[in-house]
Amino acid sequence: MNFIYDLHRTMMSQKLILVYQGDFTQETTKSILAMAERNIDSSGEDANIKRKVFNVMVESLQNIVKHSDELVDGAIHSHAAIFLIGRESNRYTIMAGNPIRKSNVAKLKEKLERINGLDKDGLKELYKEIIKNTTISEKGGAGLGFVDMARKSGGKLEFEFPEMSADYCFFCLKVNVPRELE
Amino acid sequence: MEILNLEGAEDTPKIILDKKNGIFEISGRSLPEDSAEFYRPVLEWIAKYGESPNPSTEFVFKLEYFNTASSKLILDVLSALEDIDNMKILWYFHEDDEDMEEAGQEFSELVEIPFEFKTY
Repeated sequence: MNFIYDLHRTMMSQKLILVYQGDFTQETTKSILAMAERNIDSSGEDANIKRKVFNVMVESLQNIVKHSDELVDGAIHSHAAIFLIGRESNRYTIMAGNPIRKSNVAKLKEKLERINGLDKDGLKELYKEIIKNTTISEKGGAGLGFVDMARKSGGKLEFEFPEMSADYCFFCLKVNVPRELE
Repeated sequence: MEILNLEGAEDTPKIILDKKNGIFEISGRSLPEDSAEFYRPVLEWIAKYGESPNPSTEFVFKLEYFNTASSKLILDVLSALEDIDNMKILWYFHEDDEDMEEAGQEFSELVEIPFEFKTY
């Protein structure tokens, strides 16, 4: 049972305050938000920073609910994804991982790279352009989640797509929210 | 005209639309699972109100938080209000919430309705 201790040590060394793995729904989203919010409140965090972390958490969680691809591998059907929040002395880190079909990777990568290529004003313009022209998709998204995360973070969206199998990659996203206000 | 009264929840805002008493307010948190479905009755109510509105209307937004899918629907609500004469938006934000203030400013740039900004 050493893995329990190992996992505990990993969480401690990575400064993780919350880890959730499993199916993601609106109900789990609400529970995770409530837990994270209590934790951040009890640490006496600045209200502005708390709001930014909350923003990024919501968009990240609802992205998983709406866009995570079901992993189908023979008899295995899985929706399992992972969500983590870390708190270091100078920043919060919101991290998420979910399976994505390889055929969907290029488009997502292009979107993230476009966002990372923009500065504060560029992000604002992109946000306004999308909100004016978008319609809510069948999945219920407005196509604004990553842009909003980038705006609230003030930094770049970090991402990787490690390979899971012939058909799937694991989309890993990391968003930092600084604890010192500009 | 019937009053639209929705109790707020942890992921949906409180909404009161009351023509007779001149109360038009959306407040709280908005991150519903299906924002289009959630705001549909609001848009329908406004469309009906637009047929015979009060001489003037002050529409209050007092949001603590909204997600991006809701932001699109808030713009739809504002666009619907844009067609009504003597419409004014009262955009409330918590006094230290710059992001909510900025969000209101961005909305005000996207529609042709006067906005008044207020803190709480």
